[in-house]
Amino acid sequence: MRVIQRAAGAQPEIPGTTLFDGRQAMKGYALNKMCFSFNSAENRADFVKDEEAYCRKFGLNEPQRDAIRRRHVLDLIAAGGNIYYLAKFAGIFGLGVQDVGAQQTGMSVEAFKQKLVDAGR
Amino acid sequence: MARIAGAVTTSHIPAIGNAIARGLQDQPYWKPFFDGFHAVRQWLQEVRPDVAVVVYNDHGLQFFLDKMPTFAIGAATEYLNADEGWGLPTLPPYRGDPEFSWHLIESLVADEFDLTTCQEMYVDHAFTVPLKLMWPDGPTCPVKTVPVAVNTIQHPLPSPARCLKFGAALGRAIESYDEDLKVVVIGTGGLSHQLDGERAGFINRDFDLMCMAQIVDQPQALTRYSIHELVEQAGTQGVELINWLVARGALTGRVRKLHSNYHIPISNTASGLMLLENAA
Repeated sequence: MRVIQRAAGAQPEIPGTTLFDGRQAMKGYALNKMCFSFNSAENRADFVKDEEAYCRKFGLNEPQRDAIRRRHVLDLIAAGGNIYYLAKFAGIFGLGVQDVGAQQTGMSVEAFKQKLVDAGR
Repeated sequence: MARIAGAVTTSHIPAIGNAIARGLQDQPYWKPFFDGFHAVRQWLQEVRPDVAVVVYNDHGLQFFLDKMPTFAIGAATEYLNADEGWGLPTLPPYRGDPEFSWHLIESLVADEFDLTTCQEMYVDHAFTVPLKLMWPDGPTCPVKTVPVAVNTIQHPLPSPARCLKFGAALGRAIESYDEDLKVVVIGTGGLSHQLDGERAGFINRDFDLMCMAQIVDQPQALTRYSIHELVEQAGTQGVELINWLVARGALTGRVRKLHSNYHIPISNTASGLMLLENAA
């Protein structure tokens, strides 16, 4: 029973952190599958040509489609997105992990980068 | 018999691949990171390994959530790199050593590590960037390779304790191979970083330095952490430390630290590098 309780999330939450577990993996399957498809340049071009049709093809639900429309990373994570696949979505717009980090923390990209540099001082 | 000359553990941040492609190694932002590799390259030139066993985690180039192996190993004549979706240049194929791979598989499964075997396997930046850092010259990697992928994407992840044991089994597997191969084991990823959530940008220097100190002589001390505690201390992607533990576990001889480097930041990450010799 102890193991099952732990698996069900009895561990203390880590602030600002969503562990990508089975629950998230099920919730975000369609969204992550779409983002996984962005490994292909042809698929990235298809997405850019018609975002809504592309999202429909992968069966995204409304919260996922809405978060895709708004390019909102925290909402994409809440909708089951995994950061490794979401990074491929961000890549379509030429955004890297520091842009994504800035957006999630509500900082400018410059301020976010500076925060990292300061962590090394 | 095959022999493990040592292990190199290093971060594998994609931005390093871009910096190499653009020749930024001597720029102030990059220099403290790239300079760390001189000693490793010199050691590799002296040791001249035949094969690199690379323990890394795939970031959604090869594996998707439809089938997610906890441990996977390549058994192919070559491994292809490919477009990961964010503009890294695609590198030429890597030579494999399928006979050696199948020996490792036989030995590991007999040793109760039932891993997924791959006769086709795309290798992403976590595999290619460290090899490029260690062998920067020439278009192709001069040593044969065996990719070993560890799941760090979808929880539950294998615990630090499990990964150290897996590494020990990998070490036994390598050193029971009949041919006179000289092997270097490479563990990639880490150190502390977090890409996702409001805690993005999280770094923990004290924890990283403690891990780098303990992993040399007391790797067992790191197995007391659960994955959850590792995420708490090192960030969601800092758990890639488990790849280092696999590489460290493979060293069964007298282990001595020859070199290390630690630098904050490269992109969102505290970068770490260690060169561990495995004397007979």
